[in-house]
Order: sequence, then structure tokens, then C-alpha cells
Amino acid sequence: MQINFRVNGEERSVEGFPMARLLDVLREQLHLTGTKEGCGEGECGACTVIIDGQIVNSCLVPLAQVNGAEITTIEGVAGNGELHAVQQAFIDHGGAQCGICTPGMVLAAVDLLKRNPQPNENDIRNGLAGNLCRCTGYMKIFESVVRAYQK
Amino acid sequence: MDHPIGKPVPRKEGRKKVTGQALYVDDLSFPDMLHSVTVRSPAARGKITNISFGGNIPWDEFTIVTAKDIPGANYVALILNDQPYLAESFVNHPEEPVLLLAHADKYLLEEARRNVHIEIEEQPAIFSLTDSLVKKEIIWGEDNVFKKFLVDKGNVDDAWANADFIVEGEYETGAQEQLYIENNGAIAIANETDGVTVWGSMQCPYYIHKALVKLFGLPEEKIRIIQTETGGGFGGKEEYPSLIAGHAALLAWKSGKPVKMIYDRAEDMVATTKRHPSRTRHKTAVTRDGKLLAMEIDFVIDGGAYCTLSPVVLSRGTIHAAGPYVCPNVRIHSRAVATNVPPHGAFRGFGAPQSIFSLERHMDKVAQTVGLTPEEFRRRNFIHEGETTATSQMIREPVDMDQLLTQAFQHSDYHAKRERFARENSASNGRFSKKRGIGFASFMHGAGFTGSGEVYLQSVVSAEATAEGIVRILAASTEIGQGTNTIFSQIASETLGLDFDSIEIVQPDTGRVPNSGPTVASRTSMVVGKLVESAVMGLKQTLAGSGLLPDKYSESEFKKACADYIAKFGSLKTSSTYQPPPNVHWDDEKYQGDAYGAYAWAIYVAEVSFDELTYEARVEDFVALQEVGRVLNPVLAAGQIEGGVAQAIGFTLFENVVWKEGRMANNQMTNYIIPTPADIPPIRVYFEENPYAYGPGGAKGIGELPMDGAAPAILNAIENATGVSFTQVPLMPEQLMDTMSKMEQAFT
Repeated sequence: MQINFRVNGEERSVEGFPMARLLDVLREQLHLTGTKEGCGEGECGACTVIIDGQIVNSCLVPLAQVNGAEITTIEGVAGNGELHAVQQAFIDHGGAQCGICTPGMVLAAVDLLKRNPQPNENDIRNGLAGNLCRCTGYMKIFESVVRAYQK
Repeated sequence: MDHPIGKPVPRKEGRKKVTGQALYVDDLSFPDMLHSVTVRSPAARGKITNISFGGNIPWDEFTIVTAKDIPGANYVALILNDQPYLAESFVNHPEEPVLLLAHADKYLLEEARRNVHIEIEEQPAIFSLTDSLVKKEIIWGEDNVFKKFLVDKGNVDDAWANADFIVEGEYETGAQEQLYIENNGAIAIANETDGVTVWGSMQCPYYIHKALVKLFGLPEEKIRIIQTETGGGFGGKEEYPSLIAGHAALLAWKSGKPVKMIYDRAEDMVATTKRHPSRTRHKTAVTRDGKLLAMEIDFVIDGGAYCTLSPVVLSRGTIHAAGPYVCPNVRIHSRAVATNVPPHGAFRGFGAPQSIFSLERHMDKVAQTVGLTPEEFRRRNFIHEGETTATSQMIREPVDMDQLLTQAFQHSDYHAKRERFARENSASNGRFSKKRGIGFASFMHGAGFTGSGEVYLQSVVSAEATAEGIVRILAASTEIGQGTNTIFSQIASETLGLDFDSIEIVQPDTGRVPNSGPTVASRTSMVVGKLVESAVMGLKQTLAGSGLLPDKYSESEFKKACADYIAKFGSLKTSSTYQPPPNVHWDDEKYQGDAYGAYAWAIYVAEVSFDELTYEARVEDFVALQEVGRVLNPVLAAGQIEGGVAQAIGFTLFENVVWKEGRMANNQMTNYIIPTPADIPPIRVYFEENPYAYGPGGAKGIGELPMDGAAPAILNAIENATGVSFTQVPLMPEQLMDTMSKMEQAFT
């Protein structure tokens, strides 16, 4: 079936199985490979995208569900070559190591700060609890979020 | 940035990682590319009697590879070469690869995989190191033993008679999955004319290179291995990628098309390597004054079905088994044994977390027996400069564990908390209260390859300059998140006095970079970093020697000198080969001598709470204090420690591999739990800097260290909170409940 939606502000139209995973459509058909697969079962958050303002695991979203939706992937976070404050903070404060959880983690942090512009430590922990990182022990990620909103 | 060493220089490849532009292996695609899967053994051990292809599958569209299709030798070249790429007639573990399939349609591939039927005439299998030790079945060699070591210092047998106390204990650790968030994967292009090229997620391009030379029987220059951006390794991508790269390459060779092989999480967890489970027995002789007289240690690790890296893991675990203490008589007897589970392999710490866990739990037990505090007992036995380790290695650097302990206790408020928790715990006599405790571990971790390993490796790093004055570092050492790119750039920039951005790190590609050794063993900064330093120094000397560069120069003078040199001589490239520090001697036969060029020294303090209602033990605060030589980049270094501690907290309280007939039964992130952002306590990292003369800028190794200390510190803290001495990890709430409720029953 044909599905129409907006990705990072651009109208896109794809042909696919209704139950195809949004993750695969983004990566394989639209070549937006910044969205990663870590577990394929909604546990790790590496495939995080934002759909109509809601943060979701794209490995659990069937294509049929996003007709007419507005989707933001990691490729759409920086505007006109200008990094988002969260991205800059992840670079400056060690929030990214191997980088594979980073796209999802950045989107989760962007979403958190949108809902709660000055989160306390507990808010940050809970806001990012759906995203797993095996490299950082999370300390530098928390710090990056704090630095991002302090800017 | 001037003098970048010691500064929090931002990660070199940070921008492409935060924008999603970094390309990992699964992000790559080639025209006409096939996907592929591995068909594995359905049984743990037995003879392959038949393979049949069923279902409504268009089998003629598939590329099918079995052991018969292997052009060269059917083994993964590593240490003993006992692991086949594909089982020919016999399987030794329940995930053993038997057959490979490739097809353009990855959904059809999954269906095809389910319709390959491998029949096995089963033979008895063994799944525990205990069964292996008692030779319930002989499944490997003559006695199931891959490797054994004996470290013998002084005379242990004569020491028992003089002991005031003899304390015995037994400790166990479980398997642990590395759980890098990027699964294993490779893409291969292979044909007779061009040879074999593999792109993949890996730590050690030259390990794969060596293995594929044998697998294909091709000359070295016909095999080319290229590392793509790698989403974490932790040892899990040290030796395993040789297997997956070979599998993709065999399919590419037969099909004539590019072949991509990407494991999903379930396959990655069930089939690839994990941390070796272990059992350690201690027998310790001590005087009434709390001085160690003798330590007898029996250390056993479960290697799984094939030898792979078990001898080296065993070696590191053995050497670290007696810890940062001085004891005149030490005997360590260790064995790596075979079982019918997928081979266990490299994982951060490499045997040391297992033996250090046992020792540091045991030291608390010995202290209690003698009637000393854990602190006082350790203080009476810490090693100092001029004293010798278990391998009789004389410590030649100033080491002050006493001072480290004092500082760590200040940072963690240890004494006040110990007193307060004791008071509060005994006051809360109501049921279902929360108990608190604090405990610590003291330990060391050797950096670089063990013994003569670095000498055998003969690692090489090259540096070249372009006519534009850009300096390129050529090394096989991989960036896997730990910061190789940034650290190498800092070292080169500092050495040459150039801008950080004037340094480029060449993508590891065996067609282009020399073999700087594997990215393992906390060796990249300390050992390879030193080679980076001397290789770029060579550039400077070459330019100066040809009269093109003055002693003191500006960045633009350097660039001009490069341009002039290249105009005159064509190119500018220098290389540096490993030279051991002076006075390092190691006896491989007796296992005595200088085991490592340098050690990092550490005290980790854990504060825990134990909930008597839910049986949850939780780490509430964590202090990690270590002396690691000079810190090259404080943000990256702290990131290594924090990540390692978090992984070690997982090892201790969260990560339980459930085994069923040799197979991991909980091979999903849903039921194999790693710590989330909500689970990790504040990890407070402190560095004591004591520059190491033979490390670049004074650095020692750091990567594995943080995996060592958390488990014993946490269990020591749990004993402090509950009064119960637990002796194994992972320590899950179920086991806490089981033990604690039995104790409650016994008292009521």
C-alpha cells in the first residue's frame, strides 16, 4: 500500500507492506540510516524517532500507522547545519562514545527538554529510561542534558 | 588548541555520531547485494547424520555453503585453531554454525533457515565447569583442559604450620553478555581475481586478516579487512568477528555477489562469546597480627566448546588473582576447561574481574576471622615500591595504596557512613525496613599484553604528512567508542605542536595501515599511543634533518616544510615499532617475572541499600578512585570509568545468563537486563596522577580497570548491610530472597 507522511519536514511517499516496520522503511527505502536497530523489540531505544510529537521506538511501529504523520529522525534534529543544543552538549561533555545509541538518546533528550525545559536529575533519568547505553554509564549523558538546557 | 594532552578535547568523530551521519556496517549497501543467515546445530553435541532442505522454498535461488565449499583450511586461526568455520561431521555446542544461506530477500531467508533440517545423533554433553573438571565426559583433548598455569612463589606448603589462622573460601562468577548496542555484522566481496574484502564491526582487523588468509588459502595481500564505525565492543568484537567475516566471505566467494551478514539481537546473544564463568577457591594463612603468610588459589574458568582466547583470559585472571598485596608464599593453580556451550571469549577485564571478585570478597572474610576491619587488614598487607607481586615482579614505581584508600574513604564518607548504617540498621528492628551498607575493594590492573606478549606482537604505527601539512596516523587500532581517534590526535598534536584539527586518523584498513596490534588489553593509549608519539616524532626529525624545519616552528612553517619536502622527495612517511621498556623480564615457563609493564591501582567504594520487602539490592552511591598515570583526556577517561563501573554493576546485580542445555535461554533484552538510566547510582570518579615514564604523555592503560572492582565492593557492602556473606555474582533478587528468607525462618 502507499503511505504518505512528512519526514524531517519533507513530504514522502512510500510503497510498502502495511506491517513493515517503520524502522526498515526509514533505513532501507528512505536511506535515513541514522535511526539504528539495537534489539528489534522496543527495549533499547536505538531506533527512537518522534512521531507527531510523541517519542516512539520505530521498530514497533507498522508503516500503516504513520499515514499522514509528521516524523522527526536524527537527521532532522540539526537545522541548516546548525547543531541542536543537545547535540553540541553531547559532543562537548562526553555524551556520545560508540555512537550507536546516540541518535535515539539525542532524540529522547530533545523530547524531554521540550516537555520539561529544566528537568531535575530524576526527571532526566526517567525521561531517558527507555534508551539504553552500554558505554557511558549514563553520567556524561545526564551532564550533557543539563548543559544543553543551561545554554 | 595548544598542548591538548590532559585537556577535555571533544571527541574527534563526535559530530557525525550526534547527527546520525556515522556509518556502521548495517548502514552500508552495495549494488546486487545478498543478505545471509547462519544455520546452527540443533543439539549440544553429536554427529551430523543428515541435512535436508524442506518447505515450499525456491532452494535453487539460494547460495548454500557448507564445510565442503571452504577453499582453504576449515578453522578460525587464533591460538589452537580448533574451532571450525562450519561443522563438518560433528558439533560441539548448540549454536555451532553448520551451513550458510544467502539470498536477496531477507524475509525469505528467515523462512528458509527454519526449513533446513540438520539431524544429529546426539552424544552426552557437559554444561558446567564442575562436570568438566570431574571428566563426566571427555569432550575436548585428553582431559577437557585447554590450558593450565602454575604460579609458585616462596614455599606455600611450609607456611601453613606457622599460621595463626587458615581461612578458606569458594567464590563463583557467571557468564555476562558484552551487549554492545550494535550487533555483530560484516559485508564481504570475494572473487579469485581480487581476493577477499570485508567491511565490518570489529576491534581487531588483523585478527580477521590472519583468519581469512587461512580460510581462503590466499596470500596476505589478497585479503583486505576494513573497520566500519563500531558500536561498542568490550571484547565481544575481539575474536568473534573472524567467524562472521569468514561466513560472509564464503558466501560472497560462492555467489560472486556482495554478501551482508548482520546478526539480530537474539542471534548475537545466543551465539556469540560471553564472559567466562569462573570458580575460585582460596586458602589463606595469616598471622594473628593480620599479616599474610601464604595464599593458595585455585582458579578455574569455563571456556566453552573451543579454545579460542581462553588461555590468555586465564593468564590475566591468574596473574591478578593475588591482588595488590605482598605475600611471601603464593601458589596459584589455574585451568581453563571445556564445556558444550558456545565458546566464551574476551570481555573487558579478561579474567581479572573474576579472580579479583573472589580475592576481594575473601579478603573481607579473612579480616573478619582475624578480628580486623577490612580496611586495617588490607593496610597491613598492601604492596609497596620495592616489594614483589605473586609473579615476583618487583614494583618499581611509587605505589601508595594506603593513601588511595584514605582518599577514597574521604570522598565516600566511608567511616561516618559505616558507623551510621550500623546504628540505623540495628535500630530498625521492624520487618521490611531498608538496610544500608558500605563496602570497598582494592585492586590493580596490568596494562598491555601479558609478559612477553607485546614483544611478540611487534606493533607498528606509521605517520605520513600531506603537502598541505596534514598529519595522518596509520594504525590498525580501532575506535570503538573508547576514544582512540581523539587520544591519538591529542598525542600527535601535542608532540608536533600542531592544531588538533591538523591531525587525521586513517580508517583502519589492512590494505593501508600497518599492524599496530589488536584493540584490547588496555593497550591502545599506553602502548600504541607511545608508537604514535614516536612515529610523528619521526616526521619532525625527518623534516629537521633535511634542513627544512627549524627547532622552533609555527604551524605554517611546519606546513611549508611538509610541502617543500614532498616537492623534493615525493612523500613523507615514518614508522615506529614497539620497543619494550628497559628491565622487563618474563619467564613464560615458570610464569614468573614482570607480568605487565605498568599497573593501574584503584580503590572502589560502593554504598548499597537492601530492601527487606522486595529483596532488591541497589547501589546508591559509588566512588571510583584510581591512579592511572597521566590522564590524557579527563572527559574520555571519566567516561571509560563510568561506563566500566555501570557494566560491572550489571555483572553484579542485573545480568543473569539463564542456561538451558548449553544454550542461553534469555537471549533478549527483555529478559537479560542491563542497567538503564534509572538504575545507575551517581558514579563519582577521581584520578590520582602519577606519570608513567614509558607511556605517551605519562599515561597508563585504563579501559579494563573499572570492570574489576565493583562486584566485590558491592557484595562487601551487602554483607555490611545484611550480615550475610554472598559469594557469587550475579546476585539476583531471587537468590537474595531465597537466602534471606531461609535465614529468617531459622531465627523464628
